[in-house]
Amino acid sequence: MDRGNMRDILSVSALTDRIKALLEEGFALAWVEGEVSNLHRPASGHIYFTLKDAKSQIRAVIFRNPYAQKGWSRPTGFALEEGMSIVCRARLTVYPPRGDYQLIIDTVEPKGLGALQKAFEQLKARLEAEGLFDQNRKKSLPFMPAAIGVITSPTGAVIRDILTVTRRRFPSVNILIAPVRVQGTEAPAEIIRAFGDLQLVAGIEVIILARGGGSLEDLAAFNDEGVARAIARSRVPVISAVGHETDFTIADFIADLRAATPSAAAELAVPLRAELMETVETLRLRLIRQRRRETERLRQRVAELAGRLRDPKRRLADIRIALDDAMERMRISLDHLRAVRRQKWINLAVRLEHRNPRARIAERSLFIEMLTKDLRASWERQAGQRSHRLASAMTLIDSLSPLAVLNRGYSITRRLPDGRILRQAGDIHAGDRIDVRLAAGSLHAVITETFKEQRDG
Amino acid sequence: MAKEKFEEALEKLEEIVKKMEVGEMTLEESLKAFEEGIRLSRLCAKKLDEADRRVELLLRQEGELVPKPFVEEEREPG
Repeated sequence: MDRGNMRDILSVSALTDRIKALLEEGFALAWVEGEVSNLHRPASGHIYFTLKDAKSQIRAVIFRNPYAQKGWSRPTGFALEEGMSIVCRARLTVYPPRGDYQLIIDTVEPKGLGALQKAFEQLKARLEAEGLFDQNRKKSLPFMPAAIGVITSPTGAVIRDILTVTRRRFPSVNILIAPVRVQGTEAPAEIIRAFGDLQLVAGIEVIILARGGGSLEDLAAFNDEGVARAIARSRVPVISAVGHETDFTIADFIADLRAATPSAAAELAVPLRAELMETVETLRLRLIRQRRRETERLRQRVAELAGRLRDPKRRLADIRIALDDAMERMRISLDHLRAVRRQKWINLAVRLEHRNPRARIAERSLFIEMLTKDLRASWERQAGQRSHRLASAMTLIDSLSPLAVLNRGYSITRRLPDGRILRQAGDIHAGDRIDVRLAAGSLHAVITETFKEQRDG
Repeated sequence: MAKEKFEEALEKLEEIVKKMEVGEMTLEESLKAFEEGIRLSRLCAKKLDEADRRVELLLRQEGELVPKPFVEEEREPG
């Protein structure tokens, strides 16, 4: 096709479409590293910022709903910050209405610290090594400053907050504002000059250096070495109130006191008047009460001493009464002693009488007499009993004598020669000799025959 | 005496009250201390009662530092 004279004319939209196609296809997925800047979080929840390095920058966006995008991996607890170096995965997109292109990021990782951050850390380390952060350098704040110098922008919320808080706490403290720019290239020089100026004003007893929060770039003036040294040089104590609770600047480290917010700085700078009034009033009341108590104590003491003053005549009468009293007590005591002794004597006499031996002698002789009588009676009784028992024993003996049995015709037969008494025929044999004892006399005989009969009952 | 600081006056007052409360002063001393205490409490109260303040801007005009009244944006506390 001959295109020599044919001019290929494209509409803006057509060209943009082509660019869009080219870029979006060519960079469907790219890994990019750079520093976060101009971080912006509108209410939509999407995060907008510029990714930049020393020479170039490119717009970037992170959409809010991470689940809508595949592969999203923002680590928990990791929040993008101004100046932070990141590595991200993104695709490129073109926005035709503005002819803009930007990165749509789906993965973010932090990568070290940004350059600004690094500079900050280095300056901080240097000043710290010089001892400028030492606690013993810090000047103490006046209890009730006559006037406060405020170095900040004369417009905006910061100065308004400081004025509001100081008025509320202590309406009579004068305030001198040294107006400065708080960001931009001019800011450090202006702040340094303001510090110098305020030193010259009589009555300024504390200086507040204040600014609202911002990005690391915004706060650059407060991380400036010159400003840091101006704070360190200040004869007047300095309260820094830069950024918010979490942002620390070099100025915060150098200042004699760091407040999280401008309002907090104002609170630290002036006491609460109502509290002081109460303190003074309490002291005044204590003073008066003490005075009254003192007077009362003295009055009472005088009254007490007056009461103790006495007429000596009354004292004489007292002595007389005491004497009478003593004599009476002595008399009573003697009477008592006498009575006690008498009672003791009576007791002893009674006890002696109880132990008189006469009665015992009479008692014992009676006892002896009685025993003699008993002995005699007992002896007579026993003699009678014995003769009676003898008689009956003799009768019994008589009846048991073998001689009495022999008298009735029985005889006793003994074997000879051993003399054994025979009780059965088997004990002797024919031809043996026997001795037979009769009631009167005895005879010997010879056995001729034996009969071994069974004796029956 | 005229330029007596509030803080110093308050400290003196505190000291006087404590001393009196310990009660080891002669009558003369305690009367004197009382008068001084009352004077200091009045002074403190007076300092606290000063109602007006000046809010000024420190400006440079031809190299000179000049304080100019600062007009506060009126904002009634909510």
